[in-house]
Amino acid sequence: MNNRMNILYVITAVFLLVLPFVYESRTLLILLTQVFIFAIFAMSYDILLGYTGIVSFGHAMFFGIGAYTIGVFMKQFEPTIPYFLLAVLVTIVLTAIVSFVLGLLTLRLKSHFYAMLTLAFSGLFLVLAEKWRTVTYGNDGFTFRIPDLFKDRTDFYLICLVTMIVVFAILRRFTSSPLGRVLQAIRENEQRTESLGYSILHYKVIASVISGVMAGLAGLLYSMSLRFVNTSVFTMDITLDALLMTIIGGVGTLVGAIIGAGLIEFAHHWLTELAKVHWIFERWIIFFGIIYILAVMFFPMGIVGTLKKIKLNRTKKEEKKAEEKIAS
Amino acid sequence: MEPIIETKGLSISFGGHTAVDGVNISVPKNHFKSIIGPNGAGKTTFFNLLSGQLLPTKGQIFFRNKEITKMSPTERTCLGLGRSFQITNVFPNLTVLENVRLAVQSQAGTRFQMLAHYKKYRIFEEKAAEWLELVLLDNKKEIVARNLAHGEKRKLEIAMLLALNTEVLLLDEPTAGMSVEEVPAILDVIRKIKRGNDRTILLIEHKMDMIMDLSDSVMVLFNGKLLADGTPNEIMKNEIVQSAYLGGLYDVNSVKA
Repeated sequence: MNNRMNILYVITAVFLLVLPFVYESRTLLILLTQVFIFAIFAMSYDILLGYTGIVSFGHAMFFGIGAYTIGVFMKQFEPTIPYFLLAVLVTIVLTAIVSFVLGLLTLRLKSHFYAMLTLAFSGLFLVLAEKWRTVTYGNDGFTFRIPDLFKDRTDFYLICLVTMIVVFAILRRFTSSPLGRVLQAIRENEQRTESLGYSILHYKVIASVISGVMAGLAGLLYSMSLRFVNTSVFTMDITLDALLMTIIGGVGTLVGAIIGAGLIEFAHHWLTELAKVHWIFERWIIFFGIIYILAVMFFPMGIVGTLKKIKLNRTKKEEKKAEEKIAS
Repeated sequence: MEPIIETKGLSISFGGHTAVDGVNISVPKNHFKSIIGPNGAGKTTFFNLLSGQLLPTKGQIFFRNKEITKMSPTERTCLGLGRSFQITNVFPNLTVLENVRLAVQSQAGTRFQMLAHYKKYRIFEEKAAEWLELVLLDNKKEIVARNLAHGEKRKLEIAMLLALNTEVLLLDEPTAGMSVEEVPAILDVIRKIKRGNDRTILLIEHKMDMIMDLSDSVMVLFNGKLLADGTPNEIMKNEIVQSAYLGGLYDVNSVKA
């Protein structure tokens, strides 16, 4: 069963790798690039929400830090590969520091109090991006050039795809490592994990840092794909996107985050296209709200979670049948 | 013999109410001590103090002559002080095997390994399966813990505690809520551990008949105070204890007077 899933993953990956060479559609490529970037972001969020059970409303701050770091480096210095690598390094260090501090605060603040704190923190970064005009150009943001290597849309598509696959592989390994298993135990029952002899704070900090760094990288790729950055990367909308993607896809499953990202991005695209048909589709956020409410009410486990449950029930039934046969 | 657990004037108050009041005990190594007392006597609170879930307002706790009064539950578990909970306290959405495997993993000291696959540590799973066999849960390995019957959850709880392999076991009413048929199996498990003669066990239990033949000593708590401490026979004959259990005793001091 596990092998079959792996084969499915490989087939999907190969299909996506070959796609730009057989089907040339600029819009689709750009759209898929966005999907990959947001998939990385949603997966990083899932490490917090789905695996460790930490609710954060400030995940956009890591995304924004990554987005602004690359923008500032490319604008203030030169759009060359060494500066790009430096920007990646700075993103990792900055997000690691911020997420480390936030992780430490989980010690004192539980569930919704922590969520409020992260909300306030990301608000702080939003204000910083607005007011530090010499560097960020305020609300309007700024455009920047990127190294030649990333200019071609197909190349950039492939780079994003490979990054996503690598992140997926790393996080899958991470979540099924002994440490990842403890994270899930913390999600289930914090007090019990403690009395088994695990010190929870260390684990929460590790989860927070890994999630933060991954989100930073997603932000970096995001602003590179637009070659533009403004304060919108720090807004609540970005966090909500991640929340929506993980919940619709299935909390606690990495594939769910990817599927959720694909679904949301495509839905967004189609709904905006429909705006030509009727003006109501201009306000696509209304539809997202409805989808969100319906998903939480009827698919609380998300797409992947629900599929898994159906599969589990089926095997259970088969087992029962087999038992009955033996009994009779 | 040198005591492994010692408390000195251990007290805790919640507001004006003193739940545990100046308890002095000393438990030698590999000893089996039962704690009895009517409801609300402070038995579980006493355990919470020993395991670190609560911090005492007064008094000290020693473990192998080392003071542990201010240590966190995690540190105490690492030292060798494991406990089970009276209210069922397992990981509801993980499988039975995974529940125990986490305890085995903790005991083996694999805490921050984040690169290797958990299946690589097959030995953990095998060990976890062994513990499950001991508590007669080996046919339920793959079931999600939430779906277990109450008695089975209690057994799982015990398996997790045993898997920690701590020197001291604090068992808080291990048979509470179990059906009558299941109790002997759990008693057997406890008897087996006792026979191994390498663990110190503290047990809270209501079923007097069941603990009398197991215990090396019995202590009685009443209104937070240590009423009596002695061999099972002494306790059975103790008049104060009898009146505490049979009723009529509301204030310890009145009896002493």
